[in-house]
Amino acid sequence: MNKRQSAVLDRKKLMADPIMVTTIVVLITFLTLFILYPLAMLLVDSFISDNGFSFDIFKRIFEMPSFTKAITNTLKVGFLVGIASALIGLLFAYVEVYVRMNKFVGGLFKVVSMLPVVSPPFVLSLSMIMLFGKAGIITRFLLGIYDNSVYGFWGIVIVQTLTFFPVCYMMLKGLLKNIDPSLEEAARDMGASRMKVFTSVTLPLMLPGIGNAFLVTFIESIADFANPMIIGGSYDTLATTIYLQITGAYDKSGAAAMAVVLLCITLAMFAVQKYYLEAKTAATLTGKASRGRMLIEDKSVKVPLTILCSLAAGFVILMYICVPIGSFFPTWGYKFFPLTGKWFKLVFTRYHGFKAFKDSFILSLISAPVTALLSMIISYLVVKRKFKAKGFIEAVSMLAMAVPGTVLGVGYIRGFSGGIFHTGFLQGIYGTGLILVIVFVVRSLPTGTRSGISALRQIDKSIEESAYDMGADSFKVFMTVTLPLIKDSFLSGLVTAFVRSITAISAIILLVTPQFLLITVQINEFAEKGSYSLACAFATILIIITYGAVLLMNVFIKHFGTSKQIKEDN
Amino acid sequence: MEKIKKGVRLENISKIYQDPKTGKDFYAVHDTSLTIEPGSFVTLLGPSGCGKTTTLRMIAGFESPDEGEIYLGDEPINELTPNKRDTAMVFQSYALLPHYNVFDNVAYGLKLRKVSKEEIHERVMSILKLVELEGMEGRMTNQLSGGQQQRVALARALVIEPSVLLFDEPLSNLDAKLRVSMRTEIRRIQQEVGITAIYVTHDQSEAMALSDNIIIMNKGVVAQMGTPQEIYYHPNSEFVADFIGEANFLKGKLIDFEGKSALDINGTPVVIERREGMENGKEYTIVLRPEAATLSENKGLPCKVVLSCFMGSYQNYHVMVGDTLVKLAENNPKNKRIFAVGENCFIDFEAGSVHVL
Repeated sequence: MNKRQSAVLDRKKLMADPIMVTTIVVLITFLTLFILYPLAMLLVDSFISDNGFSFDIFKRIFEMPSFTKAITNTLKVGFLVGIASALIGLLFAYVEVYVRMNKFVGGLFKVVSMLPVVSPPFVLSLSMIMLFGKAGIITRFLLGIYDNSVYGFWGIVIVQTLTFFPVCYMMLKGLLKNIDPSLEEAARDMGASRMKVFTSVTLPLMLPGIGNAFLVTFIESIADFANPMIIGGSYDTLATTIYLQITGAYDKSGAAAMAVVLLCITLAMFAVQKYYLEAKTAATLTGKASRGRMLIEDKSVKVPLTILCSLAAGFVILMYICVPIGSFFPTWGYKFFPLTGKWFKLVFTRYHGFKAFKDSFILSLISAPVTALLSMIISYLVVKRKFKAKGFIEAVSMLAMAVPGTVLGVGYIRGFSGGIFHTGFLQGIYGTGLILVIVFVVRSLPTGTRSGISALRQIDKSIEESAYDMGADSFKVFMTVTLPLIKDSFLSGLVTAFVRSITAISAIILLVTPQFLLITVQINEFAEKGSYSLACAFATILIIITYGAVLLMNVFIKHFGTSKQIKEDN
Repeated sequence: MEKIKKGVRLENISKIYQDPKTGKDFYAVHDTSLTIEPGSFVTLLGPSGCGKTTTLRMIAGFESPDEGEIYLGDEPINELTPNKRDTAMVFQSYALLPHYNVFDNVAYGLKLRKVSKEEIHERVMSILKLVELEGMEGRMTNQLSGGQQQRVALARALVIEPSVLLFDEPLSNLDAKLRVSMRTEIRRIQQEVGITAIYVTHDQSEAMALSDNIIIMNKGVVAQMGTPQEIYYHPNSEFVADFIGEANFLKGKLIDFEGKSALDINGTPVVIERREGMENGKEYTIVLRPEAATLSENKGLPCKVVLSCFMGSYQNYHVMVGDTLVKLAENNPKNKRIFAVGENCFIDFEAGSVHVL
């Protein structure tokens, strides 16, 4: 059998659509140039030195005790954070889906799931130091402990767990909702106790999902730069070691090799997560819940679980609130009253706060629509069209998800500081706002693409086919049918990209030049210096901006989102 | 609609798919040649997986054939994308654009063709009148019933005045009663417009009610093509006979009997109409439709009743002829002799009312 004719015909049909072909070519160029190429340069840099191809650089970095220590540190932290986040996430998800809660506790849960989305990455590290550090309110003033150290292993673990568990909670909540209640009712009906049902039905069904949540958090923890930077103290992880290798030791090839090691670890885990666990989760939990679940009203279960979760949620909220409050104290740790706005004043008068916000805001504002549109186009191509390079586009945009920001940052330095392949070509973009925008786009692209893909999968293929059949070309179909149908997803992608960009630090901190002041970089600097009040003031304003953006989005979706009535219809 | 009607011709069309489980290639459609006359209503009928929808999607342009050429009129269209083909499809799921109202849905194709605003208005309104949806043009599609949505889909396809109208199981999402009334509607509109229509379905009564010609497909190839009558009365295989209507199959050797030809079925000679090329002594199968025979007390093929059931307009019998189960329907059973379970009797039919395969 020969499938050549259809292949030829399909290609001819594709070529008859110049906009589509151009889009694909532009996309492939973009992905190759800004994702594949910098990563490839890391490989080149770490294998090729003055005396040709060798493992010398790897040998050298593996002989550094600080580096091997950083690997074990990173894995230890990641493992513990992964487990703790998955467990706490499961607890929250279980309580939300299975236990009848009153409105107040439900509200707490919602806030907890929202907070990590809108907050800059290192807010929890700041508040951890402010609450439990040497001058911490709780340790020093409530408990009278004067030498408590939050820096190091436990500091990172606690902060990262609190940062990442809401993600697990949201993931596992979705899965629990997909378990058909009649499965558990059947087990109850056979005489199993509630505990037995949980251990013999719910838990086994959730196991791949929990594994998935664990790995996702593991990867996040390994890739995290901001928290170890602020609260790690002398406890270095891979991300911070790489950063110091480049900014402190000026060892670019060593940093490149370390980045390769970090990338290998995250890629391996990502592969397991993506191709093994995700498939397994989908295989065990295909069924849609046929009807509502009988919520647990039993007080012996309800009361302790609710109290436990409320306390945890309250603690997380307290941690987040601590930052804005802290920015109003005259001197954190010594003088609390009267509340003052002097730090905010200082931010705007002495520390170029206005420029920092303007720069961050404008760069993020440019990158958000680019990201949103790009991710919708990629999702459209991946879900709705078939062509040869589709696999490439999908794979590379997913790959970006597994690349830690620090790795990408080092890749960009090596890839673009001397122009492409050190030829000077495109050197002009290095150090400009353009490259920062590109980094923002690349960093938020995977999230946007993922939500776009899942939104598009909900839409019946024949709706677009019908438009195509009526005489619309691909561009028309995309503009008049696809985009309007995934308007909500597009809008939320827009805001997510904006929020992610304005709160980004890991890749950016390596690439930013003095001509741009970015808020996150400022917060990091002041926190490093120990000026927590200033860091808090910056962070507070950042939180207000991101929260405002999310609020705005919800209003927009409520008023202009068409998809709601469409969804109800289907 | 002063447009030259066009037919569709498929020449040795094949489509190869990969089995997702085994990874092996197989023919979804194999070496199929068809000619569909301009202005006719043709149904592609077959069980699921027979290649009928794939054939339709190749005509629409969504799939590309691996072998052969498709012609619209005299023009080969293999290389044309769906939006450049002069065909319009009515989808199983209606596929209305959910963010547009009825008017905009129907006007969509015209707007793409840069038709003037006044003309769009005029044409949309007249087509909505044709499908009996006047006054609904402002509704959103989710405010319509399934039948109304299908009318919008039909109007949207008709309004661009395509050469060929394609239907992909358009009625399968409707309830049984609506299905029956919609298919009369579709036939009426097709005849009024005089358009060439190709209709895919797995419902044989739909095919019978609608078509000038039925093409029965099985496992990627055409099993038989003909008018509904030809296919019902003269199926060319057990598959076709069984797929269209109910059929009983009785086997026997061809013999001469009292100067006529007959099949020896369980020792009873059954007179048939001899076709050219039939040889004495060879085994043949007759197709007996349930309504083509009656039960008799004394003449015909001996049998024993195993089920007798009153259905109102007919009496339903299951009888055994040797080891073969035969289903019969005795129409208008009032005042007729009703046979009970366990009775021995005879199946009586005319030689002209059975078909020999």
